[in-house]
Amino acid sequence: MTPSRRPAVKAWRLRGHLKETCGHPDGVSPAFGSCRNPHCLRSMRKMLAAVSRVLSGAAQKPANRVLVASRNFANDATFEIKKCDLHRLEEGPPVTTVLTREDGLKYYRMMQTVRRMELKADQLYKQKIIRGFCHLCDGQEACCVGLEAGINPTDHLITAYRAHGFTFTRGLSVREILAELTGRKGGCAKGKGGSMHMYAKNFYGGNGIVGAQVPLGAGIALACKYNGKDEVCLTLYGDGAANQGQIFEAYNMAALWKLPCIFICENNRYGMGTSVERAAASTDYFKRGDFIPGLRVDGMDILCVREATRFAAAYCRSGKGPILMELQTYRYHGHSMSDPGVSYRTREEIQEVRSKSDPIMLLKDRMVNSNLASVEELKEIDVEVRKEIEDAAQFATADPEPPLEELGYHIYSSDPPFEVRGANQWIKFKSVS
Amino acid sequence: MAAVSGLVRRPLRQVGGGTAPQCPRATPAHPSSSLSILLSPCQVSGLLKRRFHRTAPAALQVTVRDAINQGMDEELERDEKVFLLGEEVAQYDGAYKVSRGLWKKYGDKRIIDTPISEMGFAGIAVGAAMAGLRPICEFMTFNFSMQAIDQVINSAAKTYYMSGGLQPVPIVFRGPNGASAGVAAQHSQCFAAWYGHCPGLKVVSPWSSEDAKGLIKSAIRDNNPVVMLENELMYGVPFEFPAEAQSKDFLIPIGKAKIERQGTHITVVSHSRPVGHCLEAATVLSKEGIECEVINLRTIRPMDIETVEASVMKTNHLVTVEGGWPQFGVGAEICARIMEGPAFNFLDAPAVRVTGADVPMPYAKILEDNSVPQVKDIIFAIKKTLNI
Repeated sequence: MTPSRRPAVKAWRLRGHLKETCGHPDGVSPAFGSCRNPHCLRSMRKMLAAVSRVLSGAAQKPANRVLVASRNFANDATFEIKKCDLHRLEEGPPVTTVLTREDGLKYYRMMQTVRRMELKADQLYKQKIIRGFCHLCDGQEACCVGLEAGINPTDHLITAYRAHGFTFTRGLSVREILAELTGRKGGCAKGKGGSMHMYAKNFYGGNGIVGAQVPLGAGIALACKYNGKDEVCLTLYGDGAANQGQIFEAYNMAALWKLPCIFICENNRYGMGTSVERAAASTDYFKRGDFIPGLRVDGMDILCVREATRFAAAYCRSGKGPILMELQTYRYHGHSMSDPGVSYRTREEIQEVRSKSDPIMLLKDRMVNSNLASVEELKEIDVEVRKEIEDAAQFATADPEPPLEELGYHIYSSDPPFEVRGANQWIKFKSVS
Repeated sequence: MAAVSGLVRRPLRQVGGGTAPQCPRATPAHPSSSLSILLSPCQVSGLLKRRFHRTAPAALQVTVRDAINQGMDEELERDEKVFLLGEEVAQYDGAYKVSRGLWKKYGDKRIIDTPISEMGFAGIAVGAAMAGLRPICEFMTFNFSMQAIDQVINSAAKTYYMSGGLQPVPIVFRGPNGASAGVAAQHSQCFAAWYGHCPGLKVVSPWSSEDAKGLIKSAIRDNNPVVMLENELMYGVPFEFPAEAQSKDFLIPIGKAKIERQGTHITVVSHSRPVGHCLEAATVLSKEGIECEVINLRTIRPMDIETVEASVMKTNHLVTVEGGWPQFGVGAEICARIMEGPAFNFLDAPAVRVTGADVPMPYAKILEDNSVPQVKDIIFAIKKTLNI
C-alpha cells in the first residue's frame, strides 16, 4: 500500500481503484469516508491516518484537498462537466470544476427557493390571488442561479418576462416578489408592475415586449464600457425572441463597438407553443451571432452554466467585445399560466426531463455522492425553504393593495407634484415622483 | 430598398452646407452666420422675401440650428454623462448639420455614429439611460422613429411608473418632425399627437432659436424621457437671441407656454413652425383692427392649458393652429380641455382648428402647399370665428 508520491499517479491509481473495486462511475471522486466498501483503498487509508492522528496527537499535514470537517463532510469536490460546443472560439470553458461545500449548499438552497417560489405562484394563480400574466421558470433554475454564480453583484443583468428566478438571484426577497405578483403595496414595484416588471439594483427587469430587452442590454453594456469599470451586462432572451430583428441590430452594434455584453439565449425548446424546429431556420442559437463568438451550454447543469459564465465574463472584461451563450434548458410549466403546456409537447417528454435532467436533482446527487452534504441536511434545507415560501405567501396574500391615492404616482422622476386625470375630468389624482 | 431609402434619408445637402441641386423651399441661412453657404439666386430672393422675426433692432441673430448646437455643446461640456448618438451625427456633422463640430470637439466616445438600425440604437440609448448615462438619441427624422417607437414608449416612457419609482430613464429623443419641402408622404408626418398621447413622456416643440436652446438644455437636464420635435424648415431661420439666452444656464421650463404677441380679440394657439404663420396672420389682421393674442405652446406634454384658458377668458375666442392631421390632434386636445375647464363659459363662438389636410402629404408643389396651414387659412379661420 505504498502510495506513489506523484499526485497525478496517485490520482490515477485511486480512480482506477474506485472504478473497479468500488464501482464509482468515472469522473466522480468521492471524498473521505463516503465509500461504503470496507475494502476501499481510500477509506482504509484515511481511517488509519485518523487513528494514528488521535494516537500520536501530533499535528498532521492535511492530505491533498481533503480535510476532516465536522460531521465528516468534504470541503470541496471536483466534477467533470460537459464540454461546450464552440463557435469562433479556439478554447472553451474548462471541463472540470471545483465545487465547495459552502457554494453547493448555497446553490442548492437558491435553486430550491426558486423552484418552490414558482410552484407557490402557480398555486396562488389557480386561487386567483395572482392575476394577468404569470410565466414560471421551474426547470430552469440552473440558469438563473448558475449565471449569478459566474458574475459579480456589480455586473448587470436584463431579461424578458420569465423573470421571477432572476429577480430573486439578483437580490430581492421572495416576499417582495410574491407581493408584487399579488399586486400589493409591499411588492418590489409597489404593485405597479406585476410579474413582468420587477427591478432591483443592477437588474433591469422583467420586460414584456419580446426582444426589446436585448438592445437595452447592449445599451447597459455601452454604459459599462463608457464608465470604464470592468463591468459586464448579461442580456437574456429566449429561443422565440432569437428571431427578432432588433436582436441582430444589437449584435451588430455590440460587435462594432466591442461592448462588454454577454448575449444569452435561454433555449427551452419552445417559444410559447412553437417548437424551435418550427420557428427557426437555424436552431444553432449559439451561432446566430455570426461574427460574435458563441458557446452552447448544458443549461440543466448549474456547474456547467457557472463555468461558461465565468469564461464569457472574462472574455468580455478583457475588452474583446460581445460573446453569445446558448443555455439548453427546459421549462416544466407551459408558456404561462394560461397554457397547460401539453398541446405542443408530450407528457412523456416533460417526465423524461424531470427524471433525468432536473437541475436540483443533479446537484443534490453530486453533493451527496461526493460527501459534500448528506441527504438529511438537504432535506432540512427543503423544510426551511418551504417555510420561507409559506411565510412570504402569507404576507403576499395579507398585505393590502396599494392605496388608490397613489394611482398617479411615479409618472415622472424628480419633478414637483402635479395632477393626473382620472376616468373623467372631475377625478384627479396627485402625481408624486 | 436600402439604396432608395439611403438617397431619401440623406437630403442632398440642401440645408447648411454644399450645393443644392434644385432650389428647395428650405430656409436660407443667415448671410452673416459662420456657415459657408453658396447661395443660389433663388435662395437670395428667398432671403429677401423671408421676414426675420425680431422685436428690437440690431441684436444677436442666431439660427435655430445653431441654437440647438449651442445647447447640446454646453450640456456635453457641463456633464460627462451626456452623449449623442444617431445616424451621421459625428463625422458627417449631422444630416442637417445640427451637430456640426461636436465630434471634432468631443470625439468618438461622446458623439457616436450608428448604423441604420433605429430600433436597435434607440433601445441601446434607453438601456444606457437606465444604467445612468444621459443619452441624446437623434432620429434623422421622426418618421424613422416609428421603427423604434416601441423602445420610446414601452421601454422609456412607462418604465419609471412600472417600476414603482425605482428606474428613471433620463433620455432625450430629438430630430426634425412634420412637413418639410417636397419630401412626400413617408417623410412628412407630424408625431406631436402620437407622442403627446403617452403618459410618462414629455414632449416639447420649439419654434424660435430661444425656444430651441432653452428646451434642449432643459430636456437634457430632465431626468425623464423627453421627445423634442424640431422642424427642418426652421433650422436655418435666424431669430434675435436675447441676452439671457446667451447664458450657459439658460433654461426654458418644460410645460410652460409663451405668449408671443398680446392681443384682445382672439386667442390663437400654435406650436412649432406654424407659430410664425400665426404671427404673420396677426400682423395682417392688425391693420384691420383685429388684435390677436398668439400663444406658442412650446410644450405638447405636459400641456400648459392654464395659459390658454386665461387668454380665452380674456378674448372669448379660440383658434388652434398645427401642422399635423386634424383627427385626434393637438388642436382637438386643446378644444376638449377648454370645454372641460372654466374658459368654456367665456367662449362667444365654438373653438376652431386649423390643421394639415387630412391626406398623406402629396409631392406636387400646389398640392403640398395646400396640405399645410397657410397664412390665408389662419386669417380665414380667425375671421370666421369672429364672425367678420
